[in-house]
Amino acid sequence: MSAVIEGRSGPWEMVIGLEVHAQVVSRAKLFSGAATDFGAEPNTQVSMVDAAMPGMLPVINRACVEQAVRTGLGLKAEINPVSVFDRKNYFYPDLPAGYQISQYGRPLVGKGRVLLDLPDGATREVGITRLHLEQDAGKSLHDQHPAKTYVDLNRSGVALMEIVSEPDLRSSEEAGLYLRKLRSILRYLGTCDGNMEQGSLRCDINVSVRRPGEAYRTRCEVKNVNSIRFVQQAIDYEARRQVEVYEGGGTVGQETRLFDSGRGATRPMRTKEHAHDYRYFPDPDLVPLVLSEEFIAGLREGLPELPDEKKARFVGAYGLPPYDAGVLVADQETAAFFETVAKGRDAKQAANWVMGDFFAALNRTGRTIDDPPVSAAALGRLIDLVADGTVSGRIAKEVFEAMVETGKEAAAIVEEKGLRQVSDTGAIEAAVDRVIAANPGQVALFKAGNPKVLGWLVGQVMKATGGKANPKMVNEILRQKMGA
Amino acid sequence: MAAAALTGLGLAGARDGLRAKRFSARELAQAHLAAMETGRALNAFITETPERALAAADRSDARIARGEARPLEGLPIAIKDLFCTKGVLTTAGSHILEGFAPPYESTVTANLWRDGAVMLGKTNLDEFAMGSSNMTSAYGAVANPWRRTGDNRPLVPGGSSGGSAAAVAARLALGATGTDTGGSIRQPAAFCGIVGLKPTYGRCSRFGIVAFASSLDQAGPLARSVRDCALLLRSMAGFDPRDSTSVERPVPDYEAALTGGIRGLKVGIPREYRVEGMAAEIEEIWGRGVAWLKAAGAEIREIALPHTRYALPTYYIIAPAEASSNLARYDGVRYGLRVPAESLEEMYERTRGAGFGKEVRRRILIGTYVLSAGYYDAYYLKAQRVRALIARDFAEAFREVDAVLAPTAPSAAFAQGEKMDDPVQMYLNDVFTVPTSLAGLPGISVPAGLSAEGLPLGLQVIGRPFDEETVLRAAGVLEAAAGFDHRPSFLASS
Amino acid sequence: MSLDKATVRSIAALARVHVPEEELEHLAGELSRILGWIEQLNEVATAGVEPMTSVVEMRLRMRADEVTDGGLQEEVLADAPERAGPFFAVPKVVE
Repeated sequence: MSAVIEGRSGPWEMVIGLEVHAQVVSRAKLFSGAATDFGAEPNTQVSMVDAAMPGMLPVINRACVEQAVRTGLGLKAEINPVSVFDRKNYFYPDLPAGYQISQYGRPLVGKGRVLLDLPDGATREVGITRLHLEQDAGKSLHDQHPAKTYVDLNRSGVALMEIVSEPDLRSSEEAGLYLRKLRSILRYLGTCDGNMEQGSLRCDINVSVRRPGEAYRTRCEVKNVNSIRFVQQAIDYEARRQVEVYEGGGTVGQETRLFDSGRGATRPMRTKEHAHDYRYFPDPDLVPLVLSEEFIAGLREGLPELPDEKKARFVGAYGLPPYDAGVLVADQETAAFFETVAKGRDAKQAANWVMGDFFAALNRTGRTIDDPPVSAAALGRLIDLVADGTVSGRIAKEVFEAMVETGKEAAAIVEEKGLRQVSDTGAIEAAVDRVIAANPGQVALFKAGNPKVLGWLVGQVMKATGGKANPKMVNEILRQKMGA
Repeated sequence: MAAAALTGLGLAGARDGLRAKRFSARELAQAHLAAMETGRALNAFITETPERALAAADRSDARIARGEARPLEGLPIAIKDLFCTKGVLTTAGSHILEGFAPPYESTVTANLWRDGAVMLGKTNLDEFAMGSSNMTSAYGAVANPWRRTGDNRPLVPGGSSGGSAAAVAARLALGATGTDTGGSIRQPAAFCGIVGLKPTYGRCSRFGIVAFASSLDQAGPLARSVRDCALLLRSMAGFDPRDSTSVERPVPDYEAALTGGIRGLKVGIPREYRVEGMAAEIEEIWGRGVAWLKAAGAEIREIALPHTRYALPTYYIIAPAEASSNLARYDGVRYGLRVPAESLEEMYERTRGAGFGKEVRRRILIGTYVLSAGYYDAYYLKAQRVRALIARDFAEAFREVDAVLAPTAPSAAFAQGEKMDDPVQMYLNDVFTVPTSLAGLPGISVPAGLSAEGLPLGLQVIGRPFDEETVLRAAGVLEAAAGFDHRPSFLASS
Repeated sequence: MSLDKATVRSIAALARVHVPEEELEHLAGELSRILGWIEQLNEVATAGVEPMTSVVEMRLRMRADEVTDGGLQEEVLADAPERAGPFFAVPKVVE
C-alpha cells in the first residue's frame, strides 16, 4: 500500500513512524492514589504528589505495570526484566514537578510487531521499537482568558504507554491501518480504551520523504494528533510539503510541527524546540523495576485470544476468507457476535449476514454492536429459517428489515406477513406453466441452448409467486417442463 | 524544678522526670519556650510554635496522668525547617517557599508526634540544605553558641542543620531533627559539641521532607547524648509505603543497644582519611578516639578506602544534578513565591532568579550543566560509576571490620563569613562525611574534646547498612570515655 | 572545563533562573573553578563499573490499584499565587 508522490522531478516515497501515547486503563494514577476518571471537575483528581508539592514522592501502581507488560506481550514483544524510570526535565505549567517520570534508557518493553491487515487479504508487519510507561501531564487551557493560560492537573500523573513504531509505514493508509490494528489489540487486552476523542489515544507522527531506494532523509515530527483521519491528513500534507521544499531546491530541517485540523495543514511550533535539552537521568526517588519470570508468565497466561490469533482461527475453523476474518475480529464484540450467529450454522452464511445486512443496519440505525438492532441469537434463527427452506434468501432480507424495524422474531414476522416459502409442487407447477405459456420466445431460446435465459424465467416465476416460491424447486420444475 | 535545670536535662532524663511526675510537660515546654526567647540572637529558629507546644504539652500531661505515656511523651524538640509540618510555615530556608504552609505532615515528624513529642518550632538551615555553614539561609545566618577562647566573633554552627544543632547545643530544645545529604547532621553536631546521627539511607522515610538530593537525603536526630539520639531515632525510623526507597525492616530498640560492651569489636581506621595538611589537633583527637576504643576492648585495624579522595567531586556532581531537577517544581505556579511577568518564560526566570539564593543558584546551574546533552556521560554517569567504587570500598572494608572511626570534620567551627569567597574551600568541609553519604551508610558524630581555640571537635563512627546499633554502641563508648562536659559560651538558661 | 559567559547564559536559561548580565562573568569563573575541581574524577578508571542506580539493594515496591487520594481541590489550590476559580493561572502560553 505504499503511496508514491509524483513530484515534478520524479517519484517520492513516504517514510512514517508513529509514537502512540495510550492511556492505561487503571483506577488510580501511575505514581499516586488519585483517580483517573475522565471529565471530573478541574483539579479534583489531584493528589499532593500530582501537584508536585514539596517532599512528595512517587510510588508505582502495580496494575499499570501489569497493563504495560500485557500490552507488550500482545505486541509479541520482549519484556525487559529490569527497567528504569528516568526524569525528563522541562518546564511547562501543566508539568508540576518540572520533570516527567518516563523510561528513557531502559524501557519496560523492547522490540515487537503489529500485523497490518491489507484490503487484499495479505498482511504486512510493522516493527515496534519499544513501549515504556510514563506520566501524563496536566491540561493547559489557552482559550479561557485573553492573557492567561489555565491549568487543570486532573490528568497529571495518569499512566501512559508510549508505543513507538519503526519507520516502517509507507502511506497514510498504512498509518490508518496501523492505528486501527493497534487500537484493536489494546481494546482486546483492556489496557487502553482507545478513545481518541477523550484523548486516551494520541499520536505523534514522524514523517520524511525520500527517493525510492534512498537512505532516510530528515524527518519532521507532528505532535499530538488525536484522530485517525487527522493523522492521515497530517501525513499527506506534511509529505507533500517536504516534497515541495526539496523540489524547490530547499532542505527540510528537523523540527516539531503542529497539525491544524481546521486548515488540514501542519505548521512549526512557536516554542523553540532547540531549547529542549531534557537532561534525562534515573529518578532517584525510584529504584529499578525488576520483574520476575513468574510475574510475566502469570500475565502471559491471562491474555485473551488476540485479533491475529482469532483471525487465523476464523480462517481455519470457519473457512472464512482472510479479509472477512480480519473485518470480523477488528473488535471483540463483533467477533463474539459473529461466533454466536455462526454457532451450529454455515459460517460463511453467518459471515455474509453479519458483514452485509447486519453492518448496514448498524450504520443506518446508528446503533452499536453492544446495543444491536437485532440480536445474534435472533439473526441466527433467521438464518435457520433460510436453511430449512421456510423462507428464501430474498425474503429473508425482507424479514431482517422487519426485524430491525419492529424488534420481532423472524418466525413471527414470517407468519404475520405470510412469507413462508411455497414448496407445494402443484402451486409452483401452475406458476411455471403460466410463465412458459406467456414467454414462448424465451423458452425457444433456452431450448436452442442459451442457458442464461433460465435465470430470467426463474425470476418471472418468483415474481408471479410474490417471491415466496422455493427457488430451487422453481429451477428444477422449469428445466423439467422445458425438457432440459 | 528551676527552668534552667529543666532545659539542662537530656531527653532520657526529662522522660524519666515526667514519668516520675517531678515536673509537668507544660513546665518543660514553658522552660524551653522561655529559653528560645532568650536565645533569639542565635537565629536558630525560623518559626516558633509556642501555642502549639503548650497545647501538645497539656495533652501529654493528661496522658501521663492517665498512665498512657508514649515513648517521647511531652518531650519538647525542634524540627529542621525542611520537614513539612501541616499548617505550619515550611520554608526550607528559601524565599521561594515564602508563605508556604503544607497541607500535609512529613512521615518522620508524624512519627514523632505519634510518640508524644512536642514541637517547639522550625529551625533555620542552609537554603534547601545546601551548605555547611548555615550562611546560605534566606532567613539569615545562625550563630554557633560556642565562641573561640578570647575571641567574640560569631562562628558558624555548621550546616545545613545549623539551626537544629545550635538550638540543641544552647539548650533551646532537648533534641532536634536534621537531615544529612553530605554531612548536614554530623558536621553541625561536631561544630556545636553535640551528638548527631545520620541513619542508613532508607531507614527514615523521606516523605514530606523537602528534597535536596534524593539519593542521599536522610533524616536523623541531633541531641546532647548518644542515648537521646537512640531515643529519637527509634521514633523517627520505620518503613513508609509512601517512600519507594524506604526499607521494610523492623526498628530495633536502639536504646537497648547501648550496652557499653564493644569487646572484640573490630574498628577500622581508614588510612586515606589522614589527608595531607590535616590539622594536628584533628589528628590528635582521632588518635585519642582510637585509644578509647582500644581500652574498651575493641580491635583496631588499618583499612583502605582507596577512592576516598574522589568522594567530594563525585558528590558535587550527583547532589547538584538531583537538586537541579528536584528544585524545578519551584516555578511560581502552584505555591510559594511568584514574581509576576508578562510572559510565562519571564515569570519562571524572575521567580526562580529572585527566589533562590546564590549557593542554590550555583548548584542548580552546575547540576543542569552536568546533566545536559553532551556532558551527561562525562560527568553524571562517571560520577555514578565512581560512587559505585566508593560504596564497594566500604563493602570490602566491612568484611574485615564492624565499624570505622574517623574525624567528623577537618576543622572546628569557623567564623561567619569565612570561606565564603571560594565555594570549593567550603565544600572541603564535608570531606569526611560525604563518602558515607554516597555509600548510604549510617554515621554518628560524637563530641570528643576541644580544639586549642576552645571549640568542640567531633569523632565519627560509621557502620554497616542498618547497623545503627553498633554505631550507637561504639559512639556510647567514645562518649563515656571523652566525658565531654564543656559548655558553650552561650547557654540560654544561664 | 572553562565556561564562558554565553554558556552560563544558556545554562541559566535552561534552568529558568534569571542571572543579571553583570553577574555572568563572575559566575562563569566560579562554575569553571568548581568544574575544574570536579574533573579530577577523570583520573579514576571506571571501565566495566556499573553506574550506581540505587544506594540500597532493592526492587521497586508496587502498590495496589486503589483510589486513595484526591478530592482535595481546595488544598491543592490553597497556596497558589494566582488562581482562576478551579484552575491555576499563568501568563498565556503560545504554542
